Order: sequence, then structure tokens, then C-alpha cells
Amino acid sequence: MNKLNFLQPDKNNLSTYLYTGVFFVALSIFIVFVNSFFNKDLISFLPGIISFFLPLILGFIGLHLIRIDYSGMKFLDKVNKNINTNNFNAFLSLLIIFVIIKSLPPLLSWFIIDANISGDSKDVCTGSGACWTYIKIWFNRFMYGMYPNAEQWRINLSFIALAFLGTIGFFATEKFKKYLTLYYVVVYPVIAFFFIFFFISGGPIFFDFSYGIIAAVISIIIGFFIPPKFKMYYFIIVPITLYILLKYVFFYEELIELGKLEALEWVETGAWGGLSLTFIVSFFCLIFCFPIGLFLSLGRRSDFPIIKYFSIGMIEFWRGVPLITVLFMSSVMFPMFLPEDMFIDKLVRVIIAISLFEAAYVAEVIRGGLQALPRGQYDAAKSLGMGYWKMHILVILPQALKLVIPGIANTFLALVKDTPLIFVVGLLEIVGMLNLAKTNPEWLGFAMEGYVFASVLFFIICYAMSKYSYNLEQKYKTER
Amino acid sequence: MNIKKILPQLLTLLVVILIFGFFSYNAQVNMENRGITFGYGFLSQESSFDVQFSLIEFDGSHSYFRAYLVGLLNTILVSVIGIIFATIIGVVVGIARLSNNYLIERTAAVYVEFFRNIPLLLQIFFWYFAALRALPLPQDTEPMFGVFFLTIKGFFVPAFVWNNLDIFIYSIIAAIISIIFIRIYARKKQENEGIQTPVLSISIGLLIILPLLSFLFGGVDASVKVPVIKQLSQSGFTYEGGIKLPPELISLALALSLYTATFIAECVRAGVQGVSKGQKEAAASIGLTPNQVLKLVVMPQALRIIIPPTTNQYLNLTKNSSLAAAIAYPDLVLVFAGTALMQTGRAIEIVSITMLTYLSLSISISIFMNWYNKKIAIKEK
Repeated sequence: MNKLNFLQPDKNNLSTYLYTGVFFVALSIFIVFVNSFFNKDLISFLPGIISFFLPLILGFIGLHLIRIDYSGMKFLDKVNKNINTNNFNAFLSLLIIFVIIKSLPPLLSWFIIDANISGDSKDVCTGSGACWTYIKIWFNRFMYGMYPNAEQWRINLSFIALAFLGTIGFFATEKFKKYLTLYYVVVYPVIAFFFIFFFISGGPIFFDFSYGIIAAVISIIIGFFIPPKFKMYYFIIVPITLYILLKYVFFYEELIELGKLEALEWVETGAWGGLSLTFIVSFFCLIFCFPIGLFLSLGRRSDFPIIKYFSIGMIEFWRGVPLITVLFMSSVMFPMFLPEDMFIDKLVRVIIAISLFEAAYVAEVIRGGLQALPRGQYDAAKSLGMGYWKMHILVILPQALKLVIPGIANTFLALVKDTPLIFVVGLLEIVGMLNLAKTNPEWLGFAMEGYVFASVLFFIICYAMSKYSYNLEQKYKTER
Repeated sequence: MNIKKILPQLLTLLVVILIFGFFSYNAQVNMENRGITFGYGFLSQESSFDVQFSLIEFDGSHSYFRAYLVGLLNTILVSVIGIIFATIIGVVVGIARLSNNYLIERTAAVYVEFFRNIPLLLQIFFWYFAALRALPLPQDTEPMFGVFFLTIKGFFVPAFVWNNLDIFIYSIIAAIISIIFIRIYARKKQENEGIQTPVLSISIGLLIILPLLSFLFGGVDASVKVPVIKQLSQSGFTYEGGIKLPPELISLALALSLYTATFIAECVRAGVQGVSKGQKEAAASIGLTPNQVLKLVVMPQALRIIIPPTTNQYLNLTKNSSLAAAIAYPDLVLVFAGTALMQTGRAIEIVSITMLTYLSLSISISIFMNWYNKKIAIKEK
């Protein structure tokens, strides 16, 4: 029989140490558990300060006893390696376990056990827990803002259509893969713009949308007979020309009357709001800020001094000021810069402001990627006789953009998180709607529920985006 | 020079000039129509509004320029508080992220993922409208350590009453200057003779002894004034005699530091992980103790990676402090671009001053960062 030395547990008396140690740890956790879940203090007979620290001391002794190197038991070794490497770590681990056990009951009772979700008025919320009824009643407003209830199918339909059109790329066959970039950079944003501005907004101009569709269909059909060399130019020029022709030359008189008759109800942008507005603003800003940022970053590295200093000025200006002052500028200062009779919609101004602001950040991120590429890539492309644009499109940008996927994703995340700021111009997306709802006299005192709800929503959106960007990064990672 | 090089530049220049010309022409016409003349003369006019919380004396009789200063000082105050706490939390969490203790690493990771994925504005609202509103009324507050009172009306802390404060400050400045000289001397000595001087303990000693001397011989005297509850009306209570930190300041500082700390934590983690393992092994193999390895080999290299992005985060925090406008903390944006703009209607002047203030701040910091990066860059042969 080996001597037992409790200050230095070793492998020889493994079972003795293990049983005593596990007993101590289990006892300490049991005491805290009973105290926290059943509100019974098992050790209340001890003096105050000892009874407070006793579980910690017991657990500490227990963890010390089971800290045996190379015990041969897989589970024990794993525990020791992960939470129990030395006394300090054991102490911190215990502290975290106890805090989790202690904070579970109040959290659970607030979120679930004492919470209310039934009913449709404030009166059902009598418990000490959360009042999810509030969220349930206001859910529609949080999602759609002041958009009329009867017309909300338009928002839903647009979002479903856009989501569907956005995922088309995954199902494209080899033959169409080469057009995907064109589709996502030109066609998709245009379709999205039509959907959101003419479908969600409604009004007599709704028929513009049909001109757009006619123009797109005709140009795609003719597009099959155009030689590939000119396709790029063709798809940029022809649809726009067709659209203008359709609108102002061919059908102008007849359809404007028809449009007024058959139009969807017009909803002004001031009534848009809630989470759908968050999506609309972030969607457009994402689409616009990327190309602007790309051109600014190329401009900053350009050999032409005027373009270079113009880009530097733009980038440093937008990066140097807070977004809230930019929005202030767009709401109070920008109208001063326009002719009296010219009016630009509040939402459009906000989207332009945020796009320019985020474009500066995107530009800096892309510049990082451009700088990280070895000079040899530029030299090799030039030696093949490529010009500036060909070199950048075919050689430089694909590599540089691949490098900066995480940075761009972070910028996009920042953009989504910045959208609530549009409250300064009076647009109420979800956070703004929450603030409006909490001042409603019938629903006072539920600020906490609202903010928790919105936090969870934003967390899900942003977390999903960051995970997606991580996957993208892994997918395009190439050995260097 | 060929045409291909000049044409795009000329076109850009032309477009920029056209846009600016269009804007300034319209601005002129609009201002003429409204009967405003452009100018910064209004800054010396009487402001005739009041500010809830200001570091310098301010009331309606002071000028708009002083209102600008009040806002600027409040912005600086909340930024400095936020930066201090964000750094502390960020460094602790960043180191926790590197811990080999699974529970600690996960807890830190959950904190980072959670607080960084929620918009800052939402967090500010949460603390201000939900969390701090759950605090007790002044009359029901239990004091913390007997002297701090955390109430729904703000955080009341004891104030120091100083005699001869200037001598105390001089003593601290003297201590700092002598520490700088000792550092220079120690470095020289190490280069010449190879003997290390215990700079750290000497500097800590100096920082304690010199101010202490000023207390003993300089006639410096400080007493603590504890806030005392005072009844204003039937049900209205407040505390008097201490310093009052308004709930706006607390919630703003809390949200800013918790939010920015997540980014600083990631910078710290990346920095320490960026030091290659070979460096540590090499240092250990020439006989440095683990503490020396950390102090002389790992930290200097890690700091080189950590400091530039962290400074960026400080700058972001300062810019984000402008969200104060949402909860009516009187910062630069609220006082100047909000109240003063509403009163004077001088949109162009006021927005441009506000933007220039932030712009000069961030450009000066980025110039400093460029200088710093050049200084610490590894000089390879």
C-alpha cells in the first residue's frame, strides 16, 4: 500500500484520490445547485462568510485531488487538460460553473417560466417574467413599420422573389456560369431596384416596372444572337435604351392612364419601417458601396495624380467623420445644395449617404488586398501584353478580393449594424419602432422585452453573416 | 505626355468641379432666398439655451462657441472613460481567449460573439431605457461601500475637496519627467555596461513618493465629501455634495466600452498569436525565464501587431460616441449639431464645423499612427 499524500495526488492511489475528489466537487456543485434552483441553503448553520465560500473551497479541494497526470483514464485526463491544469485555472473554472448555475434560474424564469405570451392585452402580463405578448401584438409593426397591413404581402412577395432570384446562382449549369458575375453585378441589382421602388412603393409609376420587364425579356431574347465579343456592351446598353424608349416614346400616353387606374396603392417611404426597412437599406447599401469602394481603392493606387488625390480625399473624408454626422448632413445640409424645386426622397438620400460612407471602408480593405499581392503578378500580367483594365479584371482583382473576404465581410456587418442610425432622419427601422412602441401609453414598461427581442434578431442575422463569410473564405482559400 | 494619361484626369477634375459648382450655386441661391448670409460670426452670439451636464460653466448667457466647447469636452470625457474601460476589458478578454482552460476560453468567446454582433445603438438603448431604469429611486438606494449611490437618477460618487491642488499636479508631472530621464539613463547604462536597472520599481516608487511628499510638506490637503440624500419635494429626492454621473453618461460609457472591448480583445488575441512559436522557444533556449520571455520577447513583438488596430478602435469609439445624441447625452453632435443648429438654422456652417472637428481628430491620429508604424517597423538589413 502506498502512502497517501493529499498535497500531491499521484497515480498509485488513483481510486482513493478520484473518489474523494469527485465527492468534493459533486458536493460543492450540489450545494450551489440546491441553493440556486430550490432556494434552500443547506449550509446556513455555518457563519455567513464561510457558508458563502464553502462550495468554492470544497470544489477547489476536489479539483486539486483529481489533478493526476497521465492517470490512464481518458475522461479524467481530458477534464484535467481542459479545465484543471493548475490551481488558478481550477479556481476560475469553478467560479464560471457556479456563476452559470446561479444565473440560470432567474434567466429561465424571466424568459420562460414566469413569462406570458397568451392573450392580446397588457392585462395578461402579471407575472414577474417577460411579457412576450407585447412582442406578439407589436410583431407586425416591428417587421413592417407603419406599412399598411393590407399591403404587406407586397413586401413579403418582393423579399421572397429577391431571395429566390438571389439563389439562382447556385443552380446555374456550366453553360450559364460565365454570366453569373454579370447577373449579380448588373441584372440582379436592377431587378431588386424595380421590385423595391416600384412594387413596395406602389403608386401610378408601378407600370414602369412592366416596361422594365418587357425591356429585359426582349433584350435577353435578342441577346442570344449577338456575338460573344460584344455581349458585355450589349447587355449594358440595350436594356436601358429599350426601357427609355418604351417609357417615353412608345407607350407614354396610353399606359400612363392605364397605370393610374390599375396601380397599387402608393405607400410613401416615411411609412416604411421595421426589420424590412433594415433589410432594404442594408441591401441597397451593400450593392452600391462595393463598386464605389472598388473604384476608390483602384483610384488610390493610380498613377494619375489628380485621380489619386481625389480618391485619397474621398476615402479619408468619409472615414474621418462619424456616420451620424453624415446622416445629419444628408438630412439638414444636403437640401441646401439642391435647387428649390428638386426633391430627393429621404430614403434615397440616406442610402446614398451610407453607401458613400461604407464605400470608403471597403476601399481601404480592398487596398490592403491589392498591396498584399506580390509585384510579380503585376509584372507578369503586363508582360503578357494586358492593359490596365484587363490586368485588373483577369489577374489582380480575383486574387486581391479573395484575400480580403474577411475584411469585406466585417465592413458589411458594420453596415448592417449601422442601419439603426437612420432614426436621425426620422426613418424608423426595427430599433426605431421599438422606441416608438415603448412610449405607447398602453404598453409602457416593456422596454426590456423589446430590446432583447431585437438583440436576438440582430445577433442571428450578423452571426449568420459572419459564419457565411468564414465559409466563403475557406472555400476560396488557395495554397500560396 | 500622351492623351491617354491626361484625358481621364481632366474628366475627373471636370466632373468634380461641376458637382461642386452646382452645389455651391444652389446653396447661394437657397441662402439668398431664405435671407441668410454665410459666415461664422454667429459663434460669438448669445446661445440662450441650457445644457444638462457640462464640465465647464455654461448657461444661456454664454456664446455658441462655448456651447461647442461644452459638447467637445463631453465627447472627450465619454471617449476617455470608454477607452480606459474598453482597454481593460479587452485585454482581459483577449488573454482569456488564449487560455488553455476550455471554460474560460468559451466564456470569453461567447462574450465577444454576442456583444460584437448587436448594433451599438441597440446596446446603448438597452442600458439606458431598460437596464438603468430598473435601478432603485434615490430614497430606496442602498449605498455601495457606504459612499457610492447607484440610483435611477444617476451614479453619485464622493467628491474630493483639494487644497493646493496645483502642487500635487506639479509633483506628478515631476515624477513622470524624472521617470523618463531614468529610463534614458538605464538604457544607456545597459548599452555601455550591460547592467540592467530595475526601472519599473524605481518608477512606481517615484510615482508614490513624490505625491506623498507633496502631501507632507507641500501643504496639499484632500478631504472626501460624501453625497447626502436631500428631499426636494414630497416624493422627489436627490443626493448632494458629491459628483453626479448622469445615467446617460453611464449607459453610453458602458455600451461603448463593452462593444469596443470585443474588437480590442480580438486585436490582442491576434497579436499574441502572431508571435511565432520559434521566437518563444529560441528565447527559452538561451536561458530566459518565462517572465523574461513574455516581457522581452513576446510582448514587444505582440504590441507591434496589437497597437495599430487598437488605435483604430479607439478612434472608432470616439466617433461612435456621437451616438450619444440618441439618448440625449449632451455631446458635440447633440449640443452643437442638434440644439445650436435648430436655434440658428445655419446648417452648412454647423455641420461643417462638427465634421471638421471629427476629421481633424482622426487625421491627426492617423498621422501619428503612420509615424509610429514607421518607428516600430522591423528594420531588416
